[in-house]
Amino acid sequence: MPCPYLCLAFLLTICATLATYVEPWYQNWAGSRSQQSSLLTTVMGDSRRLFANHFFVKADEYFHNGYYPTIFDQRDDARSLHIAEGAGAVEEKDEGETDFLGKPKDWIDRFGRHFYPSHHAHLGSGHDEDQPSPERELLPWLRLSATLDPQKIESYTVTAYWLRQMKRYDEAVQFLRDGLRANPSSYEILLELGRVYAEGRKDSTTARNIWELALRRWNEQEPQKPKPNKFMLLQICTELTRLELNEKHFDKAISYLELMKKTSPHPDEMQKRSEEIKQGKY
Amino acid sequence: MNVIWAIAIVVLKELYRRKDFYVLFVLTALITLTMGSVNFFNDHSIVRYLKEFCLLLIWISSLVIAIATAARQIPAERENRTIFPLLAKPVSRAQLILGKFSGCWLACGVCLLVFYFFFGVIAASREHQWPVANYFQALALHWFALGVLVAVTLLGSIVFAAPSSNGTIIFVIAVGILAIGRHLNKVALQLAEPGRSIVYAIYYLIPHLELFDVRDLIIHDLPLVPWHIWALALLYAAAYTAFFLGGAWLLFRRRPLTT
Repeated sequence: MPCPYLCLAFLLTICATLATYVEPWYQNWAGSRSQQSSLLTTVMGDSRRLFANHFFVKADEYFHNGYYPTIFDQRDDARSLHIAEGAGAVEEKDEGETDFLGKPKDWIDRFGRHFYPSHHAHLGSGHDEDQPSPERELLPWLRLSATLDPQKIESYTVTAYWLRQMKRYDEAVQFLRDGLRANPSSYEILLELGRVYAEGRKDSTTARNIWELALRRWNEQEPQKPKPNKFMLLQICTELTRLELNEKHFDKAISYLELMKKTSPHPDEMQKRSEEIKQGKY
Repeated sequence: MNVIWAIAIVVLKELYRRKDFYVLFVLTALITLTMGSVNFFNDHSIVRYLKEFCLLLIWISSLVIAIATAARQIPAERENRTIFPLLAKPVSRAQLILGKFSGCWLACGVCLLVFYFFFGVIAASREHQWPVANYFQALALHWFALGVLVAVTLLGSIVFAAPSSNGTIIFVIAVGILAIGRHLNKVALQLAEPGRSIVYAIYYLIPHLELFDVRDLIIHDLPLVPWHIWALALLYAAAYTAFFLGGAWLLFRRRPLTT
């Protein structure tokens, strides 16, 4: 090699020249991840959404103190998560599958049940009131789920529900606002946000505005669907009715009850409640 | 006994001369501390996710240490030809197997002590409690599970040609048992014959290493395993360890030492 330094300098010059061409192209390229806001998005791309549900289920597993069916135990694929049921994000179902293990099948099975959680329990059952709420242990997984899939609305509403249970309203509002930025038309997040304002900040005016917006969003999105989410509509109307009754706006409360009557599985109850309000029994 | 102890001490010394343990411990500590520094809603008492990550890393590290240490013992002695002066001491082949096993197992125990002490410190810094009995049960079960693995790996090092292939096969089997060993009976029930009988036979034959993985009990602060059940589990592990060591000795006693 007669002049290795010269060759190296030549190669370096070629690299620098090519970089001036490639770098601006890469910055404008649609597939570039360098513009992504978070490290997770940069590293995992869209594949992160696959893991979001896993971490959401992990939170439910923690809610059951580790007593949770595996893919080998799961009997019903449509089984809803208890953390989501508690938060009102999905309809409650009969809790008839709590003993998914059944009777031991053999001696190894019987013996092995001493070494993993094999009894149904919920996080915080029987915990000391003076101690910090054990439900906080769910939060990392829910946060991770929301970070991995910002379009997974349940992650925001369920997290906010548990934060509300722990009376950590500021964190709940901040997290829900993050959710709204990612999902501007979500009436579920608005419903939960209204609850935080009503319950935590005792700000009924803001809560009403938010719930009315949630109702508008529901009306914009759901009626045209083959199976509209009536469960959410009932929750929004219930919150609005309660609020209007507290503020003694009876006409408005009755109008929401009329709306509920059309979608509720128990319209007679709604009618009865309307009559009571009309008669001054509220 | 002295001969076995002398061989075991040599293996133990090898552990702290090699870098495997230090690298894995530093990695475990770094990842755990990084995870611990993440802020979730300004709550610094959240601990279970941290315990879960830390215990997972401890299990992975301990599997690697146990298998890697045990897999190279006999092949290295044969390759370096140090096995000839060793067996001429006189040391019997049974004593060599037992010495190697004891050394590897003790080395795993020392590693586990360090790992679990670190885990205890991390958990106590968040939850301000130190459930010593729970940690002792978990550590002992973990150590006995590693004993079974060390014995299997020693047996594998006589059967398989290279330590790398032996290590990889044992690692895959161990992870497989830990992941699905508990569920093989359910899988068997869904199969038609003869698949059902074959899977059920495997279910009864394999050492159920998952019995010794009580991470969930530690993570969720669940009560202790009844002590008599815990002792039975240790006995179960000891029986499998003895079986695999016996197998290793049977194969090794007539095996030519030249490669």
